[in-house]
Amino acid sequence: MSILINKHTKVICQGFTGKQGTFHSRQALEYGTQLVGGVTPGRGRSGSLPLATLPPSMAVGESHLGLPVFDTVADAVNNTGATASVIYVPPFYAADAILEAVDAGIKLIVCITEGIPILQMLRVKAAMAETSALLIGPNCPGIITPGECKIGIMPGNIHLPGSIGIVSRSGTLTYESVDQTTKQGLGQSTCVGIGGDPIHGMNFVDVLSRFQADEQTKGIVMVGEIGGGEEEDAAEYIKAHVTKPVVAYIAGQTAPPGKRMGHAGAIVTGGKGTAAGKVAALKAAGIEVVNSPTDIGVAMKGCL
Amino acid sequence: MNIHEYQAKQLFKEYQIPVPEGKHVNTPKQAEQIASALGGEGWVVKAQVHAGGRGKVGGVKLARSLAEVTEFSANMLGQRLVTQQTGTEGLPINSLLIEKIYPIKRELYLSLVVDRSSQRLMFIASAAGGMDIETVAHETPERIIAVYVHPAAGLQGYQCRKVGFALGLKGAQLGELEKLMTGLYQLFLAKDASQIEINPLIETDSGELLALDAKINFDDNALALHPEIAALQDPEQEDQKENEAQQFGLNYITLSGNIGCMVNGAGLAMATMDLVKLKGGLPANFLDVGGGTTVEKVAEAFKLILSDPEVKAVLVNIFGGIVQCDVIAQGILAAVEQVHVTVPVVVRLEGTHAEQGRELLAKSGVNIVAADDLEHAAEQVVALAKGR
Repeated sequence: MSILINKHTKVICQGFTGKQGTFHSRQALEYGTQLVGGVTPGRGRSGSLPLATLPPSMAVGESHLGLPVFDTVADAVNNTGATASVIYVPPFYAADAILEAVDAGIKLIVCITEGIPILQMLRVKAAMAETSALLIGPNCPGIITPGECKIGIMPGNIHLPGSIGIVSRSGTLTYESVDQTTKQGLGQSTCVGIGGDPIHGMNFVDVLSRFQADEQTKGIVMVGEIGGGEEEDAAEYIKAHVTKPVVAYIAGQTAPPGKRMGHAGAIVTGGKGTAAGKVAALKAAGIEVVNSPTDIGVAMKGCL
Repeated sequence: MNIHEYQAKQLFKEYQIPVPEGKHVNTPKQAEQIASALGGEGWVVKAQVHAGGRGKVGGVKLARSLAEVTEFSANMLGQRLVTQQTGTEGLPINSLLIEKIYPIKRELYLSLVVDRSSQRLMFIASAAGGMDIETVAHETPERIIAVYVHPAAGLQGYQCRKVGFALGLKGAQLGELEKLMTGLYQLFLAKDASQIEINPLIETDSGELLALDAKINFDDNALALHPEIAALQDPEQEDQKENEAQQFGLNYITLSGNIGCMVNGAGLAMATMDLVKLKGGLPANFLDVGGGTTVEKVAEAFKLILSDPEVKAVLVNIFGGIVQCDVIAQGILAAVEQVHVTVPVVVRLEGTHAEQGRELLAKSGVNIVAADDLEHAAEQVVALAKGR
C-alpha cells in the first residue's frame, strides 16, 4: 500500500496545454501515471451533453499528448472518472482552478503553482472547509508513489519503491531525502511535498497520520523549515500517535529574522517559527533530529 | 514589500483611519513651513526609513519651537539611521514626516495580520501600547486580545466591541474603534496587505483615537494586481544586491559571512547555509536560482555573489531535478568567462545530468573544485575560505 495515490489513481491536469502542464504531463505519462486528460477552458470538448447530439467540431475538441482536452473540470471528471487533479495554471488563476476542482468532486487536488496571493488562499481554505476534498500545496513539488503514480514536478528517476514515507515543505530537500533513502536501499512508500506557502492544504499532521496507518511505511522522514508552527504541532502529534520511527530535519538555522527565505512561508517573525524552537520541540517529543541535511538517509536506516 | 510611514498614513486617511495632522517634507525649510502652517506649541520630526526602533536612536524628535524643527530636520536629512532593525550601515534618511503633537492619555496597540494556524485574518490588540508587542505577548500574555475574521462573514460589530471593551474604551470611543477597525480590514483586503500595525494607537486627553504610527507590509505575490502600491516602493531603503537579484528572478538575501552560496530551491539553499555554519564557516548570502533556470540566470547569480568583496570562496550546490546539472555547469563557465574569478569555487552537482555537468567543469581548465558529496563540499569550501 501507499498513501493518497497508487497505480489505479486517475489524474487530470488543469493548465494541460500550457508550457509547464505539457512538460510535466509528458514526464508523468512516461513514469506510468494514469493521466487521463486535461482541462484548458475554451479548447476542450463539451462533456455535458451526450457526444452524439453535438456538432462534430465540438464533439471532437482538441487532444493533447494523445489525451482529451476538456473545457471544464466537471466535463473531465464525467468523461474520465478522474479523482485527482494537478494544477499548473498561473498564480492569479490558481485559486479559481482549485475551487473548480473541488466543485467537480475531485478528491485530491495537487497545486504546483507558486506565487498565489495569500488572501486568495485564505478564501480557498475557508471554502474547502465545507468539503472533504484534500489539497496538496500550493508552491510544492507534488506527490509520488514510486513505481506507481507521479503527480508533480519531481524527477521520477531518483525514487525507489520502498518503505519510507517522506513529508516536506521544500522541493529540493524532498529530493535530497529521496536520493539518500534510495542510496541506503530503503526506498519510499509515498513522498508528499506540502509546499512552502504560509497558507496551504495538507499539513504535516495530515500526512503523518496517513503514514502511521499505512502498512508499507516503516519509517518517516519529515523535513521542516523556519516559519509558522506546524513542526511544533507535528511534534505533539508524533509523541501521542506515531509509533513508527521518525527522522526530522529543519532548515534555516542561520536565517536572519524578518527575512523571507525564498519560500513565502519561511520567515521568522517576532521570535516565532525559529529553527531552534522547532528542533527543541521535536527533540522533546523524542524524535531523532539530524543537524546536517546529509545525515537523513543514514539516520533513517539506523532507526529501522 | 514595505512602504514609508507617511505613505501608510496617506492610505489610512483614504480608509477613514484617523491620523495626526502632518505632512511629508524633503528639506529643513519645508519642515519649518509645514510646522508653522500646522500651528500649535510643538511638533514631532520623524525620519522616514523602512525600519522600526527609530525613537531610541534619534530618528524621532520632539521640537518645541520652529527653530528646533529646522535644526532637527537639518541634522537628520542626508544622514543614515542605524536602528536595531537595520544593519550596521543603517538606512538613508531622505525625507521626514512633520506632525502636530497631541496630548496622550494612553498608548494602545492594534494590528491586523494573517494568522497561519487559524488561517484567518487576526486583529491583535493590547492596552500595553508603545512597547514591543512580542515582549508584551511573552511577559504578559493576558494583556493581549485577538479576534479572528471569517473571510465569508467579514468583520463583525461584536468583534470590534470585544476589542474595545478589552482596551477599556467607553461610549462614543467604541463606535470610533469599529470605524477604525473596519477601515483597517477594508484596506487590508483592497490592497492585499500582509500586515498592518499601529503602535501606538493613542487615546488623546479629549478621548479621540489616533494612529500615531503606521506600518504596512504588502503581499509580494499580489503586487502585480496593485500598480499604485508597487509605485510606492523605495529602492534606496532596500539592499542593492537584493534589488538587482529580483530583476533576474533570483531570490537573494545578503548575509554577513564570507562564503558565497548558490543553490537551487529555497529549502536546499537554507540547508546549505546551515551546513556551512555547521562546518565552521559563515554564509555570505542566501541565493535560490529557482526551478527552471537558464545559463544566463546562473551567470547573473554568479556575478552577484562575486560582487560582494567579503566573499572568499563560493559553494555551488545543485540537486538537479528539473534543473539540469550541465546547464548549471555551462552557466558557471559563462560567468567565469565574463568576470575575473579570483576566489576558489567548490561545486557539488547531483541528480539529472550530474555526470555531464562535472565533466564540463573538469574539461574547462578553470580552477573549480568538484566535490562528490555535499558534506565534503561544505568542508572544502570552509577550509578554502579560511586559508585566504
